[in-house]
Amino acid sequence: MKVIKKFEIKRIGIMNEKGIANKKLMPRLSKEDIKRLYELMIITRVFDSKAIALQRQGRLGTYAPTLGQEATIIGSSYALKRSDWIIPSFRENGMFIHRNYPIDMLFQFWAGNEAGMSKVKEVNMLPVAIPVGTQLLHAVGLAFASKFKNENNVFMACFSDGATSTGDFHEAMNLASVYKLPVIFLCQNNQYAISTPLSKQTGSETIAQKAIAYGFEGIQVDGNDVFAVYSAVKYAAEKARKSNPILIECLTYRLGDHTTSDDASKYRTEKEVSFWRSKDPIDRLRIYMQKNKLTAKEYEKKVLEDAEKIIEDAVAKAESIKLNPEDIFMHTYDELSNNLKEQLREFRKNVKS
Amino acid sequence: MSNLNMVEAINLALKQEMEKNKDIVLLGEDIGINGGVFRVTEGLYKKFPNRVVDTPISESGIIGMSIGMAIYGLKPVAEIQFEGFTYPALDQLISHAARFRNRTRNNMTASLVLRSPWGGGVKALEHHSESPETYFAHTPGLKVVIPSCPYDAKGLLISAIRDKNPVIFLEPKKLYRSIKQDVPEEEYAIPIGKANILSEGSDLTLITYGSFVRTVIPIINSLPYSIELIDLRTLSPIDYETIINSVKKTGRAIILHEAPRTLGIGAEISALIMENALLNLEAPVLRVTGYDVVTPALKLEDYYRPDEAKIKRAIERVMNF
Ligand SMILES: Cc1ncc(C[n+]2csc(CCOP(=O)(O)OP(=O)(O)O)c2C)c(N)n1
Repeated sequence: MKVIKKFEIKRIGIMNEKGIANKKLMPRLSKEDIKRLYELMIITRVFDSKAIALQRQGRLGTYAPTLGQEATIIGSSYALKRSDWIIPSFRENGMFIHRNYPIDMLFQFWAGNEAGMSKVKEVNMLPVAIPVGTQLLHAVGLAFASKFKNENNVFMACFSDGATSTGDFHEAMNLASVYKLPVIFLCQNNQYAISTPLSKQTGSETIAQKAIAYGFEGIQVDGNDVFAVYSAVKYAAEKARKSNPILIECLTYRLGDHTTSDDASKYRTEKEVSFWRSKDPIDRLRIYMQKNKLTAKEYEKKVLEDAEKIIEDAVAKAESIKLNPEDIFMHTYDELSNNLKEQLREFRKNVKS
Repeated sequence: MSNLNMVEAINLALKQEMEKNKDIVLLGEDIGINGGVFRVTEGLYKKFPNRVVDTPISESGIIGMSIGMAIYGLKPVAEIQFEGFTYPALDQLISHAARFRNRTRNNMTASLVLRSPWGGGVKALEHHSESPETYFAHTPGLKVVIPSCPYDAKGLLISAIRDKNPVIFLEPKKLYRSIKQDVPEEEYAIPIGKANILSEGSDLTLITYGSFVRTVIPIINSLPYSIELIDLRTLSPIDYETIINSVKKTGRAIILHEAPRTLGIGAEISALIMENALLNLEAPVLRVTGYDVVTPALKLEDYYRPDEAKIKRAIERVMNF
């Protein structure tokens, strides 16, 4: 008997909880870049807390919080080119914001208006995908088409640990490998799928190693370390651009509830949550910046106030939008069929009376 | 003009559209060198090596990928090897292909074509003789087309490929090689959403689609009644105007299909007639369909599919009501 295959999984961490970064591993980022990362993480968090508050007041529908995952969300997005594509699941609001997607439209979306997703093409993103895992196949199709057209774009497909148990995840990984497609599979491993912990989701020690079975590289990253996430995705994008799919597992933690309809205290202890709170990705970056004289109290205050202003303005704009109820008919097909024309006439009568 | 069977007519439509539109990509299991298990894509891989793509056995993957390809500007024409294997792809069809346009308010669309052999009467294994058309037709956002002859297959497939919406194109495998017809060499499009009146009549409207269109023609010719035969061609969106106008004239209607009866296309058409032509009716609207049972395997299949006697009995019942 002989060993015909061995594998190893690398884990990347650059900056620890004390804000000390490993100089050798530190990616090339200017002071401006680092500040921008900080500002984007802050606005992601401000968006998040505003969304939760609005939901509590009945001004938004069910919302999926992103508290604690900002380094993964922003670090990965920041490593891509604007011509690259992002295929989100439902916890990537910060990526939309980074790509200058109109924030009022994000609020419109979460308030239950489809029109909130009507400009996604302009920022090279797909709309929020709710059926877990299904969007990964769309990423494969986009990448296939892009390669077919001899372009050089990369497609970052976002999902979380729960999605790795779906069939579509496995089909997508396999197809990306068979056709050698420029896809980055970006797993935000926040360790829970609603109440289901990672240990009940998979028997694998890491999610990263699932890539090995499909014939490509998988890396685990400290998902609360924005420099590590950025570095890993930068590396992944280079590989993907040369037609090598790759899986990046960002190990992070969902500090909030699964959604605004969930109560996470039912299935996890305060001790566990506070352990992860001490690894907060924004605190970590802030300490690093303080140590390296990239920030001052003034600056931090201004960043927060600016973000709050932007978010408040976006909410006001979103809430001023009037919906046209007839829109429910207008986009089922490119044109109204006779059948739908008839139903629209009936609808108009009902709405009037 | 050449004399073609349905396989050849579909092959010709694919070839001609691919020559014209470089964005068309075919994908599916064994469709490349092998030409598909029914040989529908025979020779196309040789002619368009980069545009005829063999896939792993991943039906959800084939359709999920097609959605991404369509959004990125290609025109994917996916083959699902048998209709019984469209089920793993239902999630992608229902949750995504049918919805991208609405979800993004027209910013993105997944205008793909899903082609698949369909229906029974060929003595095949389980899963290879199914009639799943209602699942698709019940899904807003999808169109569903079923041709009944080589000429229609070419013209309808061309329309399906040019359509801006996802289209499910179901090919009656019983008719793949059993009839030949003169099919024009040049391209032509048969509109989706329009039924075809195959013979005019004044006593009874017989509505069907797919292979049963061929089954009923000799039956109609053998009976002393004036029967109007409507080939639906498209199940969604359904051409209710043609149906209603016909029933208003004849006062009698029978809907014939192989799929199970309950909540089948026949139920929908029957309801349409009740809502729009009740006072014109001389007899109850009848459905002649498969039973509400699992499609039997080949040994007992003939007991399931409506046969000549059953169809004739229904016609007599309606005519002598
Ligand atoms: C196919 C499917 N099944 C069930 C659900 C309901 N659901 C919504 S989110 C979720 C958990 C998802 O977990 P994970 O993939 O880890 O993502 P996370 O919520 O942690 O970001 C479930 C079960 C769904 N949206 N899609």
